[in-house]
Amino acid sequence: MSVLVYVEAWDGPYPKSALEAVYYAGKTAALLNTEAVAVSVGNAPDDAAASLGEYGAAKVLQAGGERLRSFDSRAYTKIAAAAAEKSGATLIIFPNNYTCKAVAPRLSARLKAGLITGVISLPEMNGGKLSVKRTAYSGKAFACCTVNTPQAVLALQPNAITPEKQDKKAVVEKLEMQFEEKDFSVTVKETKKASGKVPLTEASVIVSGGRGMKGPENWKMLEEMASALGAALACSKPVADMGWRPHEEHVGQTGITVRPNLYIAVGISGAIQHLAGVNGSKCMVVINKDPEAPFFKAADYGIVGDAFEVVPKLTEAFRKMR
Amino acid sequence: MKILVCIARTPDTTTKVAFKDDRKTLAGDNIQYIINPLDEFALTRALEIKEAAGGQVTVIHAGPADSEPVIRKALAIGADEAVRIDTPADDSYDVAAQIANYARQENFDMILAGRETIDFNGSQVGGMIAEMLSIPFISGVSRLEVNGQEAMMDREIEGGKEIVSVKLPFTASVQEGIAVPRIPNMRGIMSARTKPLKVVAPAGAEKLTGTERFELPPARSACRMVDASRPEELAELLNKEAKVI
Repeated sequence: MSVLVYVEAWDGPYPKSALEAVYYAGKTAALLNTEAVAVSVGNAPDDAAASLGEYGAAKVLQAGGERLRSFDSRAYTKIAAAAAEKSGATLIIFPNNYTCKAVAPRLSARLKAGLITGVISLPEMNGGKLSVKRTAYSGKAFACCTVNTPQAVLALQPNAITPEKQDKKAVVEKLEMQFEEKDFSVTVKETKKASGKVPLTEASVIVSGGRGMKGPENWKMLEEMASALGAALACSKPVADMGWRPHEEHVGQTGITVRPNLYIAVGISGAIQHLAGVNGSKCMVVINKDPEAPFFKAADYGIVGDAFEVVPKLTEAFRKMR
Repeated sequence: MKILVCIARTPDTTTKVAFKDDRKTLAGDNIQYIINPLDEFALTRALEIKEAAGGQVTVIHAGPADSEPVIRKALAIGADEAVRIDTPADDSYDVAAQIANYARQENFDMILAGRETIDFNGSQVGGMIAEMLSIPFISGVSRLEVNGQEAMMDREIEGGKEIVSVKLPFTASVQEGIAVPRIPNMRGIMSARTKPLKVVAPAGAEKLTGTERFELPPARSACRMVDASRPEELAELLNKEAKVI
């Protein structure tokens, strides 16, 4: 019996979402009187893997190899299933990222283990049945869900839990894997990674622009504000549809749902579909020249004014604070 | 080219999210239902591929009889036929199993679905179907081209994109950018009435999860306005009061 947590690190440190998931697994393991085991895919050096002990992992199973750089949901699901079997896991935790979206459902079907995604709090056991809170209606509500099976898979929303470190190291072991040809049926032709950019779903601070920005050529001031805050950039749907910004920046009901500590919306009116994607933000700031913009009703702080005047001054103030 | 598109029914994007006393049903007397917008992207791309390469597009939906207007809309947009599995869609594993069960008999070249529904936000069914059928699964697809027995896709990964290729058959979950949805024309709407909509009984329901109830997030306090001439005050508040920077 154990809690297994899936993490990944290639050529760099474990991302924030991975540490959150390990911490969540550790806390849950404590609730269930068992231990947390991490399965780490990638090429994290052994001492980095051992440091996952600081977040609550008792043991780390390392699965690496250059072949795995090419992500295939079947190969990765095999790894997660092997690790689950090796550690006797009754609960498997994933950070709710892109890898998870391809692997967790496969794993759930393979193990016939109920899957709950978008988890935002620690689980409870009620008479042997696991129940947990998750985000629903694109962030406008929470759903309390239960799992009917003895094994469960949970996908944790980024920024739902704040990890705390302890002075402990994990034992690191290699996970030996045997793959078949069909486990690698997706060929990666090209990888385009925006290096140094914080993924939107994991960003603590987001600066977002809408139609009020008047055109793509005006985005530089938002880039500068984002840079001053170490923030990720986002945008509203009309701006993505018009091609001013890439679709990957679109936050909203049919785009990405984000849960940063701070969301700064510039020139966005605040339609319901946009609010759906950003409602989970801890703090929302709205800068808009229209005092009737619906976004002000949802915001925590607001400035009614000309963005082209306010934003550069605000950026200056942020810079001075660093 | 035989394409299966999985469509879910969701409340329309402007529906106010509030619940009745049972804390499970959406409150409101006249909720409008639509095809889940991300599934509509999948349907549109499927139709574009079919129009270029020839073939057939089938839409499949797990749901009760009152889903039929939404299924007819998919036919109006251009799907050739529809299948409704007569079961409530309240567990992803069950929905996936029912769809996989149907797909197993039919030999589809590709199965497409939206990345998630705008009400449940599961991101589960597509991947489960792929596992049940033992075929590749690619998620976060924003571009899809098919050339004979091979497909090329743009898929989203942490902090970027990848161009990948895979041989047919496969399952993919798609997102915005893959296609621009179409408005059904008069001819589409008229033909939707007579296109086949087959109702299939579910085979052995196994629900692995359940939803007990919904809760609303705590109400936010009123917005604190800061004067446009003093943005440094806002920076100060964010630092000292909100403690977010």
